[in-house]
Amino acid sequence: MEELLEKLLEAVEFGKVDKKSPYPPQLRDMDGAHELTIRAIETGIKPQKILEEALIPAMERVGKKFAECKIFVPQMLMSARAMGSSMFQLKPYFASGAIKTKGTFIIGTVKGDLHDIGKNLVSMMVEGGGWSIVDLGVDVGADKFVEALKNNPGAVIGLSALLTTTMVNMGEIVANIREQAPETKILIGGAPVNDDFCQKIGADFYAPDPQKAVEYLNRIAS
Amino acid sequence: MKYKSLIINNPEELMFGIAPKPVKTRRGLEIGGGQVYAELNFTLPVMSINDNTLNQVYAHYREIAEGALERALHLNSKGVVLEFETLLEMTKTPSIGVEIVKIMNGICEDYYQKFGLKSEIRLTPNDLREFERPAKQRSSQFLEPLFELFEQGMIAGGDLLSIESTGGKEVSDEALMMCDVKGMVFALAVLGVRDMQFLWEKIVSVANKHGKIAAGDSACGFANTAMVLAEKKYIPKVFATIVRVISVVRSIVAMEQGAVGPDKDCGYEGPFLKAITGIPISMEGKTAACAHLSPLGNIASACADLWSNESVQNIKLLSGMAPTAYLEQLEYDARLMNEALRAGKMHCQVLQQLLVASDVYTDPQALILSPENVIRISKELVKGDSYVANARNGALAALDIIEEALRSGRMKLPELETGYLPILRDDLNTIPDNESEFIAMMLPLIDQSKFIPAEYGL
Ligand code: B1M
Repeated sequence: MEELLEKLLEAVEFGKVDKKSPYPPQLRDMDGAHELTIRAIETGIKPQKILEEALIPAMERVGKKFAECKIFVPQMLMSARAMGSSMFQLKPYFASGAIKTKGTFIIGTVKGDLHDIGKNLVSMMVEGGGWSIVDLGVDVGADKFVEALKNNPGAVIGLSALLTTTMVNMGEIVANIREQAPETKILIGGAPVNDDFCQKIGADFYAPDPQKAVEYLNRIAS
Repeated sequence: MKYKSLIINNPEELMFGIAPKPVKTRRGLEIGGGQVYAELNFTLPVMSINDNTLNQVYAHYREIAEGALERALHLNSKGVVLEFETLLEMTKTPSIGVEIVKIMNGICEDYYQKFGLKSEIRLTPNDLREFERPAKQRSSQFLEPLFELFEQGMIAGGDLLSIESTGGKEVSDEALMMCDVKGMVFALAVLGVRDMQFLWEKIVSVANKHGKIAAGDSACGFANTAMVLAEKKYIPKVFATIVRVISVVRSIVAMEQGAVGPDKDCGYEGPFLKAITGIPISMEGKTAACAHLSPLGNIASACADLWSNESVQNIKLLSGMAPTAYLEQLEYDARLMNEALRAGKMHCQVLQQLLVASDVYTDPQALILSPENVIRISKELVKGDSYVANARNGALAALDIIEEALRSGRMKLPELETGYLPILRDDLNTIPDNESEFIAMMLPLIDQSKFIPAEYGL
């Protein structure tokens, strides 16, 4: 049982999606996250245990290696894909409530802004940290955030902006969200924003990078 | 590809301030005609653009242009280009962009009439088509305001026309993150090329209609994104280097359609375009640290004809407003290069060698920009029969150059980087010469929900 979880952890850590995937070379022809998750479920391992003892620790290792510049984004993405294939198998258990993520994170690049590379990285790393993600994409106005929040009560909101002329739209979005659900936690990020700006618009936290975003979310989840 | 050989074959002739096909402007700048000029780029500070703030917006651009030209005059500048890169609202509502051009052009004209200071405006509307996802590159409703801004902005005094067009970005964003070199060749040499053909034919035709200058594009959304990601250590520098080389076959399409330069500042593919087509180019390096970091601070100026700062906010610094301060920095760099140009070939070569030597072996992205390497790679970039083959050949030449520098011990890269070299080479070697074959090979591998093949004529 433990050995199976250990193997799944390794598959996700090194980005082995499924058996036929050629990546990574050292795990060629071996079972990937897809097969190992199926086996784990069949063996009777609780889905929550699969999530907490294999998938999340694997992505934590990946996040640490990335933060220490020991791997690049493609390796991290392969791990995210491996985790995704495992999560696909676990989907019914999320739906039935048999497993719970740490929470839901609604993220989007604000109105008028199309820069999304940074936002996508944040979203991927937060998902790897055990959160459900609702990615609203780019050019997202207050109404869409509010609507997504209605559909996901209690979710944390993440706003990204890269332009000096769109970061101001964050203020309007924060105000709208506060009106609808004042207790909502709001995290902001992007090249032109900073801590002062975060405080000025009444958001809760400014994360300069994805790692800090994950740390913050984990703090408020615990 | 139209170009089959290089206009500049000798690295010694790939020099700052001198282009085989200089561009002369309305108020007398001769870009590439023996002088380097400053090209100042600027943007708004933190603020919204809406009906209530329009007067403030206009006041910012007035202040920027006046501050820059006043400083240029004080420093005995030989001439200045002001690049106006529009923000969303200024393109969506073209009258806003046109009004800003009018304001700045009035100031340029004033300084020209009163003091003989030559200046010109480069008008760079942002590519609105991206707002629809997947983008409708050819049938987008946004093409109308975009071209209205080009046309009315030209009439209002925008003499040099540019754009950072984004055709192919739907595929390249993911390919960049996955270090997928074949995906990048598809994005740039297939989709990018087709979109550039579509867009630049139109830009050149409006420019000709009004006697204005179709200047050039920039692979900013592709190769600069790669560079910025590599600076953050998100992707390998060697991959970003290869992406830069591949981007040449895409950006050169503007020239094939009739653009004459100066190519746009953030297109670090400019030196290759200069070698192949002879047009003058704008470049940015250490002076662009206000907008993004780069490993090319000095070497980027080695063959620049305009020297730029990419973009700076109109905020107050201790010395004065930031655009004024940046104009001064650009001007001093230009002055140094102009002094070398005045003193003669030998002085130019010494200065260029120093600019090159100070960066060249510190990063593979700098390495490929030395004049020798630009010429060597450019030869490979024109040798094949298709854009795809040329992109592959250029990229392989760049890999050779990186490996030679590593073998000689002059450049050092961590294993995390060098591990990618054989992977990139193997991947590049699977790319066929024939474009149709390549397209057939790639289409099944690409997420077709992200782009509309018909919008590229596929
Ligand atoms: C929710 O919690 C969080 C937490 C952390 C968060 C977070 C959210 N979001 C981000 N983070 C943080 O974590 C991420 C990972 O570390 C980081 O995200 P970043 O996004 O910062 O980092 C990314 C991993 C890599 N960085 C990037 O991807 C951005 C790099 C630069 C060079 C840049 C790029 C690449 C692009 N651009 Co744009 N672009 C620039 C950028 C320069 C800069 N200094 O940022 C900037 C932002 N752009 C600018 C401009 C002017 C423009 N751009 C435009 C277009 C583009 C491209 C399409 C070409 C491309 C975007 C590709 C894409 N899919 O996103 C246009 C606008 C389009 C629009 N409406 O949005 C256009 C208007 C250019 C034009 N005229 O066409 C400038 C801003 C000027 C201003 N007024 O603010 C600019 C500073 C470059 C410049 N010219 O100086 C952190 O910030």
